[in-house]
Amino acid sequence: MNDAIIISIVMTVVGAATPILLAALGELIVEKSGVLNLGVEGMMLIGAVTGFAVTSVTGVPMIGVFCAMIAATCAALLFGYLTLTLSSNQVATGLALTIFGIGLSSLAGEGYVGKTIDIYASVFPAGLAEHSFFRVIFGYSPIVYFSFFMTFMVAWFLKRTRAGLILRAVGESAGSAHSIGYSVVGVRYAAVAFGGAMAGVGGCYYSMVLTPMWAEELTAGRGWIALALVVFAAWRPGRLLLGAYLFGAVMTFELHAKAAGFSLVAPEFLAAMPYIATIVVLALISLRKSAGAKAPACLAQPFKAST
Amino acid sequence: MTNEPVNRLELRGVTKAFPGVIANDTVSFAVKPGEIHALLGENGAGKSTLVKMIYGIMQPDSGEILLNDQVQYIPNPKAARGMGVGMVFQHFSLFEAMTVLENIALGLDDNISHAELERRIADVLHEYGLSLDPHRIVSTLSVGERQRIEIVRALLLNPRLLIMDEPTSVLTPQEVGQLFETLRALSKSGCSILYISHKLHEIQELCEAATILRGGKVVGECDPKKESSRSMAEMMIGASLKSVEKDGGRKFGDAKFVVTSLTLPGEGDFGVPLNDISFTVRAGEIFGIAGVAGNGQNELLLALSGEVTSDTGDAVMLDGEPIGAHGTTPRRFVGLCAVPEERNGHGAVPDFTLCDNAILTARNRKNMVNYGVINSSIAMGYTEDVIEKFSVKTTGPTSTAGSLSGGNLQKYIMGREIMQTPEVLVVSQPTWGVDAGAAAAIHQALVDLAEGGSAIVVISQDLDELLAICDHMAVINEGRLSKTHNVGEVSIDEIGLLMGGVHGDPFATAEMTEAVHAH
Repeated sequence: MNDAIIISIVMTVVGAATPILLAALGELIVEKSGVLNLGVEGMMLIGAVTGFAVTSVTGVPMIGVFCAMIAATCAALLFGYLTLTLSSNQVATGLALTIFGIGLSSLAGEGYVGKTIDIYASVFPAGLAEHSFFRVIFGYSPIVYFSFFMTFMVAWFLKRTRAGLILRAVGESAGSAHSIGYSVVGVRYAAVAFGGAMAGVGGCYYSMVLTPMWAEELTAGRGWIALALVVFAAWRPGRLLLGAYLFGAVMTFELHAKAAGFSLVAPEFLAAMPYIATIVVLALISLRKSAGAKAPACLAQPFKAST
Repeated sequence: MTNEPVNRLELRGVTKAFPGVIANDTVSFAVKPGEIHALLGENGAGKSTLVKMIYGIMQPDSGEILLNDQVQYIPNPKAARGMGVGMVFQHFSLFEAMTVLENIALGLDDNISHAELERRIADVLHEYGLSLDPHRIVSTLSVGERQRIEIVRALLLNPRLLIMDEPTSVLTPQEVGQLFETLRALSKSGCSILYISHKLHEIQELCEAATILRGGKVVGECDPKKESSRSMAEMMIGASLKSVEKDGGRKFGDAKFVVTSLTLPGEGDFGVPLNDISFTVRAGEIFGIAGVAGNGQNELLLALSGEVTSDTGDAVMLDGEPIGAHGTTPRRFVGLCAVPEERNGHGAVPDFTLCDNAILTARNRKNMVNYGVINSSIAMGYTEDVIEKFSVKTTGPTSTAGSLSGGNLQKYIMGREIMQTPEVLVVSQPTWGVDAGAAAAIHQALVDLAEGGSAIVVISQDLDELLAICDHMAVINEGRLSKTHNVGEVSIDEIGLLMGGVHGDPFATAEMTEAVHAH
């Protein structure tokens, strides 16, 4: 195996891991506050189509990413209004959000199907990013570095800040947090909005960086993998990073196997690998008894303050 | 001190209404600086609503709350804490998966560093002679230690008024003693304490003044030290209190319900394993099991009722028949009925009608179902009987179980099981949340059932209740049962020590079995 192949493997793994890492980081915060938002896939798609459309109209990728965050946050706040203010069932509402996101993104993206955008953005000098070897470190979209930065920020926020402590408290026992005098619904709204913004960035990474083009259901179920990843990581940001890259490696395996002429197993099976891995990981984790204790105790339980 | 206010807390005509009910009706009273003041009342008398208003969780519809002689509007708990009001809740507002330190930090409004907080916690612990490790995870602590977190959390704010909502309901007598010492030390330093309880002997021991609430109104003020428990209880319920009539010279029949070496692993992370539990209940006998919550009572109830089965049928025997391997339905067939601690969702289906709930447990013993078809007239008749005999306040057999208040539902569930005249009745917390009048009625019904020849097992945290109705009792601690004591010969102190886990000798159960067989 020569350097070029290794470089290309590393770069595709980073590409596959980044969006699910971003979406999963958002969902981690949401779940830590005691809310289960199954609409990650929908929010990613809304982010993806918004980012693509805005960028192709304005030609400025920064505005595209920003609008993707705003659009996905709006979808998340809709979910928040239904589940937090109106106390609807979180699981059903989350599923509905995904279906809504798939439909809305297909509709909004109708005129963009098959189009491509050509953007190039790097945080580092062009010389470094184009160097045959340093590309592995410096040659990514700013969103990739942003995902590392956010992993660190989320870990620091949860462990070291008072706001993080309050967020965990709300997810751990909403009733207790309320009686001490914290606004459970307020904290959860903020968490849900953050989850939406992160899913939005993750989604637009597909349409603006990875492909970069728009097609219906572009994210192809990666939102679900992000959800599984949160459980896999036992709600810990460090393990989330590890898990995202593990899944990223599995996802790109098909690509490299094909390129290397590996034909022992049907390529369809290889393509299904990440989804099979998700199921296997979730089944294994639920077998391990202590994993259940690590979930926020109030996860998916609606909270209604009695006045 | 010269500039101490006249009253630490004063309420003037405080009124709070909820849809359909007036929780507090022009309530007025005052608490002096450093006074330990009791707020007495039945469940539903409006005590909790009242203190929630003082602590800013709710606001009164009309009336004034004065702190240190100043009229105050208290918009939220944060504001209350700023005015020097602290509160220790009945149901702890703690976060199980977090450390003691994190829990305390969450209760403070200032953002102070953990090192500084740890130093201040150590100071408070030292000042009041309490012990608590700030780095333990809450889920590993005993109930008494958990309460200490709440107290330390309140004390760190230097409160001038501390509200304690039913603080002793989960403590052993020794832990209660410790708590009272802390409270007395606090009161000496000028902090007033508003103490809510319905345990009258505790109030007599601790409090200097008492305000009695009934139906949301103040019905009396008294000096608890000058009153008897009985006179205060009668003020609380507004009627004279009936004592349980128990025939002293009762004869017990043959061994009816025998549990031998019942051993089960605990379920999940927080389950308590049952370790070699043995006891015998004879016909006509009431057997009490005391203990601090979370020592295996729930697991024991599940094992006795049949929700959890044993591998060996011999572990649980009814009239010589091994039923240990049977589930709940076959056990009910042979006459074993059970009332679990949690009434909504476990003892009754909240969204089902009372009649449907009766069918769920009484269908076989009362012939409500023939060839799989429900005979609704029998079911309705039975439900009506239960409602009448146990004076359940409801609109009728077709109202849902969830629409009843906790105490009323408890009366209904107890009645539903007692009126099946079971051979063996196993009940957990039979009068939990039930007012004193109704509790006396339930106790009488249990005693009457035993006199009819049934064997009864009562699992309860309320020692007074066990001492009043049981013939023999034992204490459960960490999943093990102490030896059996004769209720007439045991002191509260002895039981208290057992509840704290002093016994610990592996031979206790063997001794007990011998003692029982020697009868």
